[in-house]
Amino acid sequence: MSTAKVDMNSVHKDYCQALKREKIRVAVCAGLGCIVNGALKLYDALEAEIKAKGIYADLSYLLEDESNSGCSVVKTGCQGFCEAGALIRIEPAGLVYIHVKPEDAAEIAERTLLKGEIIERLAYKAPYSDKAVAERNEIPFFSGQKQIVLRNCGIIDPSDIRDYIAHDGYLALQKALKEMSRDQVIATVIDSGLKGRGGAGFPAGRKWAFAKAEESDTKYMVCNADEGDPGAFMDRSVLEGDPHSIIEAMAIAGYAIGASHGYIYVRAEYPLAVARLKHALKEARDNGLLGNDILGSGFDFDIKIKEGAGAFVCGEESALLASIEGKRGMPRPKPPFPAQKGLWGYPTVINNVETLASVPLVILRGAEWFSSCGVGRSTGTKTFALSGKVRNTGLVEVPMGTTLRDMIFKIGGGIRDDKRFKAVQIGGPSGGCLTEEHLDLTLDYDSLAKVGAIIGSGGLVVMDEDTCMVEMARFFMHFTQSESCGKCVPCREGTKRMLEILEKIVAGKGTMEDLELLDEVARMVKDASLCGLGKTAPNPVLTMIKYFRDEYLAHVVDKRCPAGQCQAFKSYYIDPELCKGCGKCSRGCPAGAISGKPREAYGIDTEACLKCGACVEMCPFGAIGKGDGPKSKEDNERNG
Amino acid sequence: MSTVMDADALAEARELNGTLHKFRQVNEIIDRHGKDPSNLIAILQEVQEEYRYLPEEIMTYISTVMEIHPSSVYGVATFYAQFSLEPKGKHIIKVCDGTACHVRNSQWIIDSLREHLRLKQGEHTTKDMIFTLETVACIGACALAPAMMLDEEIYGQLTPDKIKEIVDKIAAEEEK
Ligand SMILES: Cc1cc2nc3c(=O)[nH]c(=O)nc-3n(C[C@H](O)[C@H](O)[C@H](O)COP(=O)(O)O)c2cc1C
Ligand code: FES
Repeated sequence: MSTAKVDMNSVHKDYCQALKREKIRVAVCAGLGCIVNGALKLYDALEAEIKAKGIYADLSYLLEDESNSGCSVVKTGCQGFCEAGALIRIEPAGLVYIHVKPEDAAEIAERTLLKGEIIERLAYKAPYSDKAVAERNEIPFFSGQKQIVLRNCGIIDPSDIRDYIAHDGYLALQKALKEMSRDQVIATVIDSGLKGRGGAGFPAGRKWAFAKAEESDTKYMVCNADEGDPGAFMDRSVLEGDPHSIIEAMAIAGYAIGASHGYIYVRAEYPLAVARLKHALKEARDNGLLGNDILGSGFDFDIKIKEGAGAFVCGEESALLASIEGKRGMPRPKPPFPAQKGLWGYPTVINNVETLASVPLVILRGAEWFSSCGVGRSTGTKTFALSGKVRNTGLVEVPMGTTLRDMIFKIGGGIRDDKRFKAVQIGGPSGGCLTEEHLDLTLDYDSLAKVGAIIGSGGLVVMDEDTCMVEMARFFMHFTQSESCGKCVPCREGTKRMLEILEKIVAGKGTMEDLELLDEVARMVKDASLCGLGKTAPNPVLTMIKYFRDEYLAHVVDKRCPAGQCQAFKSYYIDPELCKGCGKCSRGCPAGAISGKPREAYGIDTEACLKCGACVEMCPFGAIGKGDGPKSKEDNERNG
Repeated sequence: MSTVMDADALAEARELNGTLHKFRQVNEIIDRHGKDPSNLIAILQEVQEEYRYLPEEIMTYISTVMEIHPSSVYGVATFYAQFSLEPKGKHIIKVCDGTACHVRNSQWIIDSLREHLRLKQGEHTTKDMIFTLETVACIGACALAPAMMLDEEIYGQLTPDKIKEIVDKIAAEEEK
């Protein structure tokens, strides 16, 4: 397939035929989490074992001859269940093995691949259960999901364009170029209800329509892969696991709006994503899917990669454009919107990675198919990066309208160490927190807006009883304050003042006036800032004051941190029932603050205590705890 | 005029030679990207990779060659967190202090690293220029929190013991 005039349908058919002869596919997750847990060695081991069994067949071998068949092993992008890495997926049997080690390869090849047996040891087990579940559809982490954006992540080989094509890749581009007018493409995207997943939730199709309506010989299509939310990694996973879907979508969008140049702006911290994209761009060019006269349609389009240099505000679209132009990434007032005056003054559409990843299926399967998923005006799915104090951390994609409870307790498997759920931060430093009372809230644009939160990028960071909400607000403020670009006064000065107040409260020096001032400044920054960074920076503080006013008051009035996290108020206690009087803690205390008689309960002198926590580590009986005293029995029962 | 160079002139010539060599490398980087101002960030990134920071004379040189005002080059260099105007250590440790890592106690990791590397308040680079310690907002490894990046390698589910092991291993290799 080297000429530009190839017929995608016949190529697709060839590859599909070849894949039919692939009897088994072992997909080794080579996402970041699994690589750290040894996935690459596991891959090598599996490949060697499968070759030794004489059943190895990769795509090239399958394509060579119609009688070739066998078992393939591929390195895929993130499969989502990062907590359980390294993991592998075995298709078509639909099995998942978790915590797999290279040493397990021989047994997997022998028992599962050759004999079709399930190895229970490598299967998922629910907490407090011995029942092994290897079927992907029956593991709660996966069964609650629906994958559109992540359709190929974790199953295809992201470094082989043929695998992408075999999974219906570039068919949407061919359909758009050959069977649809530019207006039809835009109408389909509008009808699908697809909204921007980058934060603002603007309907993608309408943005395209604005750009198309502009009269200009030069237009640009930009993909925002800056993913700045410090608690989110789904764009990264798509770029690493399915780079061609972004390239295909950008070409479709370019065709629709009349752009022949594209840019992908990627965060500096994502070197693997950049490498995968570069490789994919080359493959696409070599196959005539980028460049001049794509698929013989007369449409020209190519894409360049721009690497960011570490500035959160560059995720904001006007700042991002300034950064592509080689300048400081500072936002500018809108209008004019980028769709009218964008890159170098030309009409420019900017879409988020995840928005784009949905596009090929919208075109291929139609608007109705897409909009049948979701609730109300929020159609399709949303990916979330589930992290924090939840059991199953990882990457999750659910239909719009899934409840928070399902997300945290079903897919997420509940809170770690059986602690008590306290809150979840949604939408990163621009979003808000949700609490127990919101557990039955559905995750979609409208219902979240009602409670002052946003879906935002899709970071979901779960917090438990040990997380202090005031400290959390300080953390977010510290982030936005240091990322404020400094152009507008409300954001530059306001975030600074807010941070100072929060630091004061955390240090135990806050007053009631501070609390009021904090609220006032927060509202001012929200109303008066130039760009989305400042406009949303107070959200965490405002929602946390709203839902956790008690905790603020405890810090300010009672001089106490209920979560026991803030250093200034930290106190330790020795539980007399658990203490065996061994004296280890006393010997290990750098301040000499612990004393007692052998074989009797020891005590801590809170005045002398440095709050270093060394004694907690030292105690062999777990008798030393954080806070004011042992938890009541009732409390423990509620947690369990 | 004497044909024999005196010692000062010789040293000067050597320095000039060194500077030319330095600029030759910068020239190569600029040529590869082109002089269009939109390539400034990419050029600075490569220069930083080469020198581990952005030396002032090189920024001035870039501004002359690319016909960009020095203040704009300086503006870009100070705006983006990735750029450093001070020399950095040979190995860069970026401890993630993103939301997920923060919730899982990244501060503990940062504190123990500072202690282990014997960094005083306000210091980021060890005296022997082997390590530079930075914190970054999210490296996208949230599921492995707390996490850090040492050069290009990612380490997850960190504990103070684990980081000591990682750092000591590299320090030992450097001593060889
Ligand atoms: C401070 C700030 C940071 C942002 N960061 C990102 C980001 O990291 N990724 C992203 O796609 N959009 C980000 N956005 C939103 C973009 O400005 C823009 O709305 C989006 O890229 C448009 O694409 P979409 O319509 O497909 O969502 C950010 C906005 C603001 C105000
Ligand atoms: S919060 Fe640590 S990798 Fe994202």
